[in-house]
Amino acid sequence: MSNIGLIIGHEYMTRVSKKSFIIITLLTPLMMIAAIALPTWLMTRTDDSKKQIVVIDRSGMYSELFRNDDIYTYIYSGEDIDAARKTHQEVTGFLYIPGDLTSDSTSVTFYSEKQASAEVVSHLKRLLNQKAEQQKIDASGIPELKEIMKSVKSDINLKTVKFDESGKEQVTSAEMAELLGLFSSLLIYMFIMMYGSMVMQGVVQEKSNRIMEVMVASTRPFDLMMGKIIGVALVGLTQFAIWVVMTLMASGIIMSIAGINYSIGMNTEELMQSVETMRAQGMDTDIMNAVLGFNFRKILILFVLYFIGGYLLYSSLFAAFGSAVDNETDTQQFTAPLTIVILLAMYAGIYATNHPDSQVTFWCSMIPFTSPVVMLVRLPFDVAWWEIVLSLLILAGSFVASTWVAAKIYRVGILMYGKKPTWKEIWKWVKYK
Amino acid sequence: MIEINQVSKSFERKQALREVTMSIGDGTIYGLLGPNGAGKTTLIRIMTGITMPDSGEALMDGKQISLSMASKIGYLPEERGLYKKMRVGEQIRYFARLRGMSADEAKQETENWLHRFGIESWKMKRIEELSKGMAQKVQFITTVIHRPRLLILDEPFSGFDPVNSKQIQDEILRLNGEGTTVVLSTHDMESVETLCKEISLINDGRIVLQGDVQEIRQRYRENVFEVTLRKGEDRETRLIKKNEGESNNDFLMRIAKEGEVVEFREKLPSMNEIFIKTVS
Repeated sequence: MSNIGLIIGHEYMTRVSKKSFIIITLLTPLMMIAAIALPTWLMTRTDDSKKQIVVIDRSGMYSELFRNDDIYTYIYSGEDIDAARKTHQEVTGFLYIPGDLTSDSTSVTFYSEKQASAEVVSHLKRLLNQKAEQQKIDASGIPELKEIMKSVKSDINLKTVKFDESGKEQVTSAEMAELLGLFSSLLIYMFIMMYGSMVMQGVVQEKSNRIMEVMVASTRPFDLMMGKIIGVALVGLTQFAIWVVMTLMASGIIMSIAGINYSIGMNTEELMQSVETMRAQGMDTDIMNAVLGFNFRKILILFVLYFIGGYLLYSSLFAAFGSAVDNETDTQQFTAPLTIVILLAMYAGIYATNHPDSQVTFWCSMIPFTSPVVMLVRLPFDVAWWEIVLSLLILAGSFVASTWVAAKIYRVGILMYGKKPTWKEIWKWVKYK
Repeated sequence: MIEINQVSKSFERKQALREVTMSIGDGTIYGLLGPNGAGKTTLIRIMTGITMPDSGEALMDGKQISLSMASKIGYLPEERGLYKKMRVGEQIRYFARLRGMSADEAKQETENWLHRFGIESWKMKRIEELSKGMAQKVQFITTVIHRPRLLILDEPFSGFDPVNSKQIQDEILRLNGEGTTVVLSTHDMESVETLCKEISLINDGRIVLQGDVQEIRQRYRENVFEVTLRKGEDRETRLIKKNEGESNNDFLMRIAKEGEVVEFREKLPSMNEIFIKTVS
């Protein structure tokens, strides 16, 4: 009689009912949002405290330039730096202009008691640059130069259109495809690493708890290993499902909030204007179309399939190596090669984002150790069905082989205590009948 | 019930068992004795089907022992272990289920055992909250919960205070009375004398002594008698050795000269003495 079902239930329930699982599952999306939102929020915040700047202008050409406003107050001084420092205390800083900026652009200096803030520096730089540019334009003698330069400036946005099966045009975006591919491959990499090592930790813990001998006398080692692997996989899928649902809910909420903000925060004129500019740039609609151009359902299903395949492949090896050692510090010796292979897959994935149709990418999406990561990068770029099927079949074959080998190592390994085995010994375990 | 025939097992650098043969009858309590590292644990692992012998055979009811017999065997390893985060009730039920009990049966039987030991209040406690002795009790229950026909106990009394030790001993006798065969590996020779009918003494992978406990003690007797004599008001108990070829009556006559014989009893060697004598 097989106990796999029972063990899956046990492994699943003990992990899912843990407080840490619930907290991490709920907090991770919030933290990711915070990680994106916080810098954005900080960047939009301006420091509006008053600033006093003493301008020491040796050239005398820039006195017109600095006008007091709400934030900046300028004091012109004829003294040199040392003297000015004595007369003007508690100012933000001293701007020292030695001469004509068009001939010498490097010797302007900003002195301050504290480290000058980037905002102040860039504000002053912008003013000085504007002035210097204007000076140069004036000096050139070409009357309409400013207007000419403005019209020369260009900002070209390359629109990519892909023909779909029915021959209709579909607006896509290479950047969006890249982003989506990279994101999903990163996610799968993270999942495989996280849950693979969770399996290993579980095995090592059972060994160091000495519960292994009782378990082995109660059930087949293969059931024990597969039960743990599948149980943990279900934990991973549960977490993923929760995240998908949370993302859908969050985007719904954000969209409605954004909609409300639009109508409240802007008056009609502004709203009309922003819509006008968006339409003029062809921005908004294109991104929407590009996002809708991807087959999300297909990507989601294949994400799950590749996660299961890649996870089974790696976690069975993690389980095998976990069984070979009896404390967590020793696991590193055996996981190092696995970690290197997974990292390699990650690099192949990053390479694939830039070269989605290259030979190397193709082979990497077939090799089972890299295919889960690399194929997900390729998916938004449309991959032939036969390639996906073939790569999934190879992956399936490999995890059957890897679980078979792992089970053999596991069976011997779980009852070995005391000494760290060598690679040679592990190979011998594989060959035991 | 268990037949071990010419079993040998060796590891990388060590021959753990050399042609061990023993027969454990149905319904008996069998003692497995031997110094540390003698090969007891290896033999036990062969009996549970965890390891296979290199040569020879290990049979249970005439069939080769394998892990598929887990539901018939209850095994308490010397190294105890439970899932620390699990609750007591859950833990016991999980093991019962793993060894083939239905969910209802497992639940019922868990209640029974908790009640028997008077520890119903522990049911919702996590293992990590229990003291070592308490955890040992739970471990004992997990070993016997599925009503195994064969119970293999490796040092079952270690970690228990005398009161709990007695309770476990009583439970072993009760289960044995219900027909469970028990294999007991222990260094506690006193419990061997009270519990075991037969023993095997293993040293360095070999069986050096085997048979009925009482018979072995007879075999090792050294004609030493415990004699209590009264001399006037004083009573004195002494160990006196009987001479070679001397009959009991002659021996009595000899000691009667020293005083009035109040008590006269042959002193059989303890299992402890036999153990030390055989092994060293």
